[in-house]
This record gives sequence, C-alpha cells and structure tokens, in this order.
Amino acid sequence: MDFKSGKELQELCEKKGQPISEVMRQRELCGGALSPAQIEEKLDRVLEIMRASAHGPLTEPRRSMGGLIGGEAKLVHDHGASPANVTGGILSKAIAYSMGVLEVNASMGLIVAAPTAGSSGVVPGALLAVAEEKGLSDGTLKKGLLNAGAIGYLLMRNASVSGAEAGCQAEVGSASAMATSALVEMMGGTPGMCLHGAALALSNLLGLVCDPIAGLVEAPCQSRNTVGVANAVTCAELALSGVTSLIPFDEMAEAMYQVGTCLPAKLRETAMGGAAATPTGCALCRGGKQESDGIFAYVKRKAGEEP
Amino acid sequence: MNFLSVFDVIGPNMIGPSSSHTAGAVSMALLARKMCPASVDRVTFTLYGSFARTYRGHGTDRALLGGILGFATDDPRIRDSFLLAKQAGLKYTFVVDTETATDHPNTVDMEILCADGYRLSVRGVSVGGGRVKIVRINQIDVEFTGEYSTLIVRQTDKPGVVAHITQCLSNYNVNIAFMRLFREEKGAAAYTVVESDEPIPDSILEEIKGNPYVHELMLIQI
Repeated sequence: MDFKSGKELQELCEKKGQPISEVMRQRELCGGALSPAQIEEKLDRVLEIMRASAHGPLTEPRRSMGGLIGGEAKLVHDHGASPANVTGGILSKAIAYSMGVLEVNASMGLIVAAPTAGSSGVVPGALLAVAEEKGLSDGTLKKGLLNAGAIGYLLMRNASVSGAEAGCQAEVGSASAMATSALVEMMGGTPGMCLHGAALALSNLLGLVCDPIAGLVEAPCQSRNTVGVANAVTCAELALSGVTSLIPFDEMAEAMYQVGTCLPAKLRETAMGGAAATPTGCALCRGGKQESDGIFAYVKRKAGEEP
Repeated sequence: MNFLSVFDVIGPNMIGPSSSHTAGAVSMALLARKMCPASVDRVTFTLYGSFARTYRGHGTDRALLGGILGFATDDPRIRDSFLLAKQAGLKYTFVVDTETATDHPNTVDMEILCADGYRLSVRGVSVGGGRVKIVRINQIDVEFTGEYSTLIVRQTDKPGVVAHITQCLSNYNVNIAFMRLFREEKGAAAYTVVESDEPIPDSILEEIKGNPYVHELMLIQI
C-alpha cells in the first residue's frame, strides 16, 4: 500500500474511513522494516527529543557555534508573561519553542530534522504548543507526527525539501505545510481539510529564499522558523473553519518546486544573496563573531602543496 | 526509488546544526574508523570547498573527530569531541584547503595512523541530507555509501580473484546487493567492494584471504 500524491492519499483515507496518520502508519508497516511496536518506540523517541530541544533553551540559553544566535527563545518565553505580550497563548509559546529548537541545533545539540535541520523548529513548535494549551495526549501528538510525515513524504517525493535546491520555501515552507496538516488532524479535521491547510501553508510561503548569513544554520533561519509556526497555526485555523485552497495540494507542491527552480543560485543556500549579502551580513561572514577554540592549530594550505 | 520511511521525513535524530556539514561529517569519519584494523593513534583531516569555508560554524571539525572516536550522528558527546580526543590520546590535525578544487563541495581527506602502525587514507564526500560516499581509498577511486554491510578487498588485479570472492560469498550464502571492481591500471592494485543487505559473517574473511592475490580485507557492518 502506497500513495504517490495528495489526491491518492485522500482517496485512500476516504475509502478506508481513516485519518492521514493511520494511512501513513499502514504505509510504513507495508513498505518499511519496522514492527508496530518499533514504530511506537521511534515516535516516542522523536517526541522526547522534540520536547527537550523545545523546552531546554527557555531556561538554559546556549550560544550557537557560529555565534550569531543564542538566548532568543528565553527572551520570547519570558516576554510571554509580560503585559506587553502581543501574540498570547499558543502562538507565543509556539514561536519560543521553534526558536529554542534552532538554538539547540546551532549549538550542536540533539534535534529531529523535520524535514531538515534548518526547519527543525516548525513541527515541534506548533504541535507541542497546541497540545499543551489544548491538553492533547501524547497519542494525539504521535498521530500528528505521522500526519506531518505523510505531507513531508509527498513533498520530498514530488517537490523538494532542500534549501540548496528550492530555497527556504522548500524547508520552512514544507515544514509549515506538514505542521498545518498535523494540527488540523489533531483538532479533529478531515483528511480533505488537512490537505487544504497544507496547500494554503505552501502558497503563503511561496518564493521564500534561503540566504543564511555566513552560510550558517542560524540567522535568518531561526526567525524564519517562527514564521513557519505562525503560518501553520493560521492555516490550520483557516482549514478547520472550512476555508479551502483554490489550488489543490499536489498542484501547489509542483508550483513550489517550479518556483524553486526559478530562484537564482544566489538565493539557494550559497550565502551570496539576500540577508547574507548585505553589508552587515558580509561583515558577520568575515568571522567577526566566531570564537577560537585554542586547542589546536589550523594550517592553511596552498594548491598542490602536500600535507 | 528507495522506500522513504516516515522517520526519513520526521528525522533523522541528529546533532546539529547541518545534516550535510555535521551529521554527514560524523558518518564519513565513522566509516573510516570502521575500516581500520586497530585503534586510531593520529588523524589528519583536510577540508575542501564548503567544508573548508564553513567548518567552524557547522562544527564539522568536532563532527569528524567524533566519528573517529566512534560516535554516531545522534551522540551528544560530539560537541565535546576535542576534549574527549585529548583524553583518549587521539592526536589530530585539521588542514583547511580553500584553494584546491574538488569534484564535490563537501569533501574531506582523512589520513589515519593506527596504533599498530597501519596507515589508511580515505576521501569522503557529504552529498546532502546526511548521506555520504567514500570515494577514494589509498589513492584509488572507489565508491560506496556505508548504508549496506560492506566488504572491501584490496587485491592485485589478476584473473580469478573476483571469482574467488564471489565463490566465498556464495559458500556463506551472502546475497550481493552491489559489487564493483575499482583499479588504477591493469595488473596493479585494485579494490573490490561488495555491498549486502544482510550482515556479512566475519568468518568469511579467512577464506577470502586464501587467494594469494588478496592482500587485505575490511568489513563494515551496518
């Protein structure tokens, strides 16, 4: 049993009367090498790592390896208790979590790439915040992960989740579509609503460029993850309200990929365009903020010279 | 197309920040370590291309060292691998080569000296998403990924050697997924690389060594 498009996925769900998460679980059992118990075990481990990486930096901020970020998650979290808090509740928490995961990632901590390391804050940020605020169980969260996995699988298969190939829209945009669909199912929406939400999420972030300052997975990646989260929460709300996407998910995935192929190389993870190419971005690239380890010497070598 | 698991999408679980520059670097060095017959005494890493320019912010150096120390891509000790290498008595040097052009932007050469005096030179490339390839062993171009159980045979390029290897594999009922012969010139040093879905029994090594043109065997189990 397999599905190759959002359309096939929805047909399978409707034929079997099952949510996307269950169809994805069945697909894993048919095509993969894992037993039902091993799938549960791995989902538990994913949740454990996601929780640790989302929560940890709220109380223990860590400076990134490249020195461009660190401590932002705690700032946003602490501000959540302030009267000047604008977003409130779920969104305040979700953006703090997503920043935290990126902080853990950038300081060589343990994360779950979902679908990539650079976009690893979106799915845990959105899912954990909604589950905590709505009192949803781990069982529901794991269904959310399987659902997100189904959308991510389709995007890996039919479009791209690589910033180097198709820009940030393929990383944070894909993660946002995955999180949207997961939230819709977790809140009781139908498979059709999930796919409408995912299509809306993709279309909202269409064209987003990948322009990492100094080539590092730090900035603007970290704040882009908060946009992915906010977009997911918004699109889930739209889909659950009955708002539909005029363009079906499969066509939107293809559009995202086509836009990616139109992006110049400068805007696809090469650190030669966008924020990375600004005067300040270039100054940071020259290593102004990088720390020295002082443990050993690095040797610079010229062409043709033997070590 | 290979089966994409839900855990290829929601995963891998990895030490950040980059699947190619961190997780891939760990995997390549871990493969090189598994190719060594004894513990590693010292290692020189030469970083090329994007590795050479961005290794520090991506922790590529710590990741490579962590792989030589035997850590997997999700091992939190990778962050402290400088200190842990020092404690383990592993000597290391990093060479940052921003001048030499390589075929792939994320390339590393690993010159390894083992405790028993054995020397090994391995070139790896990180091809994206944490996936890697070993593309050179001791100056001979090869290609394998380490995603399968892998048997590497160093031999003299003579008739009958490959037949001998496949006969031994057949005797042990090992199903070959991929098999390739790599050589520099006719009659000189060559490598046969065999990849299998299932574990390759260690006991097969003695039997393969029985051929006079077989000089060395390396076995990487998944």
